[in-house]
Order: sequence, then structure tokens, then C-alpha cells
Amino acid sequence: MKKTEKEQAAWLIAVSGANPGACMRCGRCTAACPVAGEMDIKPHHFASFLLHGQAGALLQSQSIWVCLSCMACSERCPRGVDPARLMEAVRQGAVRPRGETHLSPDDVPALLQEDMPQQALAAAFRKYRK
Amino acid sequence: MQRIGVFVCHCGSNIAATVDVEKVVQAARGVPGVVCAQDYRYMCSQAGQDLIRCAIREEKLTGVVVCSCSPRMHEATFRRAAEQEGLNPYLVEIANIREQCSWIHKDRDQATAKAIVLMRAAVEKVRRDQPLTAGKSGVVKRALVIGGGIAGLSTALDVAGAGFEVDIVEKEPSIGGKMAQLDKTFPTLDCSACILTPKMVEASQNENIHLYTYSEVEEVSGFVGNFTVTIRKKARFVDETRCTGCGVCMEKCPSKKAKNEFNCGLNTRSAIYIPFAQAIPNVPVIDTENCIKMKTGKCGICQKNCAAGAIDYTQKDERITREYGAIVAATGFQPIGLQAFGEYGYDRYPDVITSLELERLMNAAGPTGGELRCPSDGRKPKEIVFVQCVGSRGQSCRDKSYCSKICCMYTAKHAMLIRDHWPEMNVHVMYIDVRTPGKNFDEFYRRAAEEYGVDYIKGQVGKVYEQDGRLKVQASDLLDDRQLLLNADLVVLAAAIEPSPTARKLATMLTASMDTNDFFTEAHPKLRPVESPTAGIFLSGVCQGPKDIPETVAQAGAAAAKVIGLLSKKELTANACTAQPDEGRCNGCGECEKVCPYGAISYEEKEMRVPGKTEKRRVARINTALCQGCGACTVACPSGVMDLLGFSNRQILSEVDAICR
Repeated sequence: MKKTEKEQAAWLIAVSGANPGACMRCGRCTAACPVAGEMDIKPHHFASFLLHGQAGALLQSQSIWVCLSCMACSERCPRGVDPARLMEAVRQGAVRPRGETHLSPDDVPALLQEDMPQQALAAAFRKYRK
Repeated sequence: MQRIGVFVCHCGSNIAATVDVEKVVQAARGVPGVVCAQDYRYMCSQAGQDLIRCAIREEKLTGVVVCSCSPRMHEATFRRAAEQEGLNPYLVEIANIREQCSWIHKDRDQATAKAIVLMRAAVEKVRRDQPLTAGKSGVVKRALVIGGGIAGLSTALDVAGAGFEVDIVEKEPSIGGKMAQLDKTFPTLDCSACILTPKMVEASQNENIHLYTYSEVEEVSGFVGNFTVTIRKKARFVDETRCTGCGVCMEKCPSKKAKNEFNCGLNTRSAIYIPFAQAIPNVPVIDTENCIKMKTGKCGICQKNCAAGAIDYTQKDERITREYGAIVAATGFQPIGLQAFGEYGYDRYPDVITSLELERLMNAAGPTGGELRCPSDGRKPKEIVFVQCVGSRGQSCRDKSYCSKICCMYTAKHAMLIRDHWPEMNVHVMYIDVRTPGKNFDEFYRRAAEEYGVDYIKGQVGKVYEQDGRLKVQASDLLDDRQLLLNADLVVLAAAIEPSPTARKLATMLTASMDTNDFFTEAHPKLRPVESPTAGIFLSGVCQGPKDIPETVAQAGAAAAKVIGLLSKKELTANACTAQPDEGRCNGCGECEKVCPYGAISYEEKEMRVPGKTEKRRVARINTALCQGCGACTVACPSGVMDLLGFSNRQILSEVDAICR
């Protein structure tokens, strides 16, 4: 049976292992994020979107593909929310239903850029390849 | 034959909603020795007490068990009721079926079963109770206030005003505390020194107040009404009785590179120094780490130039032992260190400062004479970014879990003053929430934003870094949902406040409890907010929790009222539940004396009859005026002969038996 949006949000929170309820909306995650400027939904929104059962917007967002998985948000979070885990959970939520279309290691050399951070490479393996 | 009465309280629905009170009454009626058992809605009410008194009278009760709230709440109430009927108050026992039963359980059957067990245990205890009489002890009519900031000064002045003598112990060379470092005070913007220094002068001139500056409490013994305290007066190397405070020594001192603590290290001072112009006492102190004479033995310039002959390099620490009836902790706070907050660059960039440093930079007596300048190169800042909640309200190891309470208001004050004095400067405040409960506080904050054009941005700072010789602040604006990269000449961090690091050591000496953040715990968070759970120890100011100046002064006054109340008593009722050794079995080993925190145990040679002869034996002797009934000796005694009246080993074991039955 297909999950409702609310159930999906609860499921994403559960798989993330993070604690969005502890968020006090300070925004240090977004302030610390090096790519938040490129995101349509900023990191600090992830906790409240999931708590309010709005999984759909997050699953559709570009933010999960922009995220570098650099963990700066979780590093700075004063409340132990761990926003990077929320981001990862939503990414997994988007990737899994789409089948086995992850990035293949064979494709990596062609995509490499000189100034690309190493984390981006690790993150790329988790991302869906269009 | 024992005649015991059991009284079960509903406490409205507090107990009755979870515990079947009727069943507890039924069960009590089946316990041998119980001649009456009743329940009532509010046993602590006048009607409830009358019910107990009536039963004592008519049923000729020899013991009373009240099943109700914690004994800390109403034990005294019920004991007083029993006493009025001529029953010894120590023949009343409380079974705590609220805090330890109804409040913490959900299942009604289980809670009822537990309440019955607790009732039975209390009946077994009361069965073995002995009538006790409390002794009396005197009260030393003198108070000690530890800490000479605005909290300690206010308490001391109030206590002294009531006619009692007060000693203030201050670890720094001058009284005044943190308030002396502040420039202006919110929400009225009056000059901090202008309202503090008259209090300092008043304290120094009040004949009932004695100041021990540059001193620390080293040892505390005794108990409420009769504390003995040893104070260590650190060597100033300047004779206070001779020094005229002329300041020539400071002028002539060749070692001028010591960090000026009063100005938060923003400038330097001489090795012999008076911390600030209005310091009390106006007597310098030699900082041995920077004094050339102390380090190398060569110099002595201050001594040569002192017309009063007050400099004495051989001065030693002095110890003073005095007795006090009450002790007030007023140890205050400090801003946290920011080493763990690398993202703000406090340790890397001189133009990233704390709010307390800003106070000094804006103060006319500060390192810049009140002109706001960047510490790096002395230029006038144009863009100033304030960051709120640095180290407050977090759960990680570098954060404090609490709100520091004062930062929202002092930041509004700083922002407003800067915009008022230098309208060409732009001020941005990065905040999470602006919290301004307090009289005229929100109006003050709104004035900063509306009238003075302070730019309040809901959001936080990710990092501060330098680019092309200028500070950049990477931040987010959560309401506009945009990323910011602000240019900044000055970044001001609202560092969390924490209790003085000296407080923990003091709490151990005072046997006063502290919370996990090292704030002193109050005896009751609502009803006894200025008393420590340890009798005779009172709390004043931020040592109990974050608070601003008006609140601190209010609490200081409340603490003073409690101290005056205590010192006004002719005598105190001592604790009746004192230790008592079974002399016949005591072998005088000395273990109990070692563990007694009140020095209540000594030993005496006593003649004892043993089969066939009389011999002299060393046995423990309790000074019941000193014994506080803590029970440490009963645990330490290897022969098990030390007992606590009212809590005898036999009673406790019978309670355990009743629970296990």
C-alpha cells in the first residue's frame, strides 16, 4: 500500500535516526552550509518540513542533489538534530524507488573536476544519476 | 499495647486518581496495632489536621502514620498537630504515597499495592519510634557574604542595615564584581559605575560591614547558626593601613606589560596596580607573575618611591578564623571561554570580540577612552555584526544547555548606544529568538529596532573569515530565506555566562548542592528560591542561575531577609534525630569521628562493668548540639553500634521487612 505523505515523513525521520524534534530553528545549519545558496529548500527547513509531514516537497527538491554531504550542518547544530542525516534519509527516500540507477564507478573519471571536494565524490555515489 | 492511627490523604486527585485510597484504609485496618484508619481529601487542611487531633485524643493514639506527600512538604505540619494534642511529635511518621507513588505510576492497581506497602513500612517504623526531645543551639549574630559584586554588596548592605555585622569576602583586589566593568545598564541606560560605586562606598563605610578583599574562603565547618570559617587573605605586598592610594608606585613601575584583567586584556597595566579608578579599597596589589622584584630580586622601584612606606615584599598570606550564624554565596559568573567556537574566529581575529569586551571599548574609562575602535588597528568600525546565543541553549559538549538570559537585552543596549553615538555605523544582530520579558524590556528592544534602525536578522552565523583584509560573516536570514555574506569591521559575540569556577569548591565546603551546570540549587524552586537545601546557607545573584541586575538586587534583598530572620532568633531548635552509640559495644576504634562532617564526635574514657570486673574503655561521645543526623557514622561503624535516633537500624530493618513481607 502506498504511504501517505505524512506516513512517508514519519518513515523518513525513522530511517534518518536523527532528531528533528530537537530543532530550535536557529538556522546555524543553513548558515554553515557552503551550498545553501544553491538550494531551493534550505537545510534548516528539513526538520520542520518532516515534523509537519511535508515529505513530498523535500523528495521533489533540488537541495538533496546539491548537498555535498560535508556534514558542516551537523557539526554546527547546537541541538544534536543532525540535519545531514535528515538530508541523507530524504535522498535515500528519493533514490530507492527509482531502482538501480546509481552512479557507476566507471563513469567517475569523466565527471571529475579539478576543484571538486572529495566529499562530493563520496556523495555522488549515493545520488541518483539522471 | 501500641495504638496506631493511619491517615490517608487524597490530595485532591494527586493521590486519589492513581491510588485507591479506600483500599489503603482497609489494608491499614488489618495491620496489628492499628486502631483507627481514615481517609480525607486534604489531610493538611485545618479540617484534616483536626481529624488527626481528634483521633489522637479519642483513640488515645501512641503513634500516627500519615500517608500523603513527601515529608519535606508536611511532616512539620502533622508533627505540630500531634504536639498540640500532647503526643510527642517524633511519634508521627509520613508514608510518601505521592512523590514516590501516585505521581510516578500510571497503573492504579500497582500503585495501590505500593501505597499499601509504604503504609505498612511506616507503621512498622512508628511502632519502634521513641519520643525525642530536640535540643537548642545558639546563633552567632554575624553573617558572611562570599562575593563582593552587586549581589553580595546588596545582601550585605541589607543585613547590615538591620543591625547585624557582616563580612564580605572578595577574591579580587577590589569589590564591585562584573557590574563595575559594565558601561551602561538596560533598560534605562544609566551609567553602571554611577549606580554601583555609591553602593561600594556605602559598604566600605558601613560600620557593620567588614571587607576582606583579595581573600578567599578556605575552610568551613559547623552548622546553621554556628559556622566556623577560615579566610585566607592573600598577600597584597602593600600595607593597607599605610597606603594612601596616591598611585606613584603604579606610575614608576617599569613592568607595564601585564594584561589588564579589568579591561578584558584589551590593554596593559603595571605589575603593581589598582584594578580601576573607583576600586575599593583604593590600595594597589603586586602581581607576582609580572613584578620584576619578585621574579629577579632586582628592582624595588615602587618601594623606593612610596612616601608612605607601604610596600612590603615579604608580606605573607594571612589566615583569619571567624564564627558566623549564616553564610551567603554570591559568587557570580563569568563569560565562557570561546576556544571551542572556532567558526567565529575569536582566537584568530582581534576584531572578533565578546560583549563584555565591547563594554570596555565603549566605556570612558576603557582602553579607548570610550571611542569605539577596532582592536586590530584602531580604525572606526562601520559595519558591526552581533551574534546571539554563542554557547547558550545547546546540547553539544561545548554548549551550555540554558539560556544565559541577559544577552538579548545587553545586545539591544549595545546596538542602540552605537547607533545613538555613531549613526554612521551599521549594526546587524543575528538572533535565534529575542527574549525580553521584564519591565520595559520589550519596549527597549523595539526602540532599538524601530527608532535606532538596528537591523535584526533572524538567523545565525556559519563562519567568520578574513578576505582581503576584511572580516566576512557567512550567515543565513531564515525569514527572507536567503544566504548572507556580510562585511564586518567588528563582530561581537554574546558569549554564554557560566558560574564562577570558584563556586564548585565552595559548594563542597558548604555542603551546598549544585546542578549539573554548577549553579547552586535552591531549597525549593518556587517557594524557597534564595535558600540552599543546607540550613544556614543562602544564595544571592547569578550563582543560583542567570539573572540581570534588577533581578539580582531583588534576590539579594530576599536572601538578606532570610539571613536577618535567622540571625534575629535567640536560639535554634536543634535536630532531635542525633547519633547515639551503644557504649557497651563501642570499641573506640575512631572510624565514626573520621567521617563526621560536623566534628560532633569525640571519645572519652569510661568505666564499664564487664563480667567479673570494672574496666576503663574508650567510647564515642556525641555532641548532640553539633550532630545534624546525617547518618555517616552509623554506616562507618564497623561494629554496628552507632544508631541514629528516629532512624535506628532496627527501625529501618523492620521497614525493609514490612516491604518484603
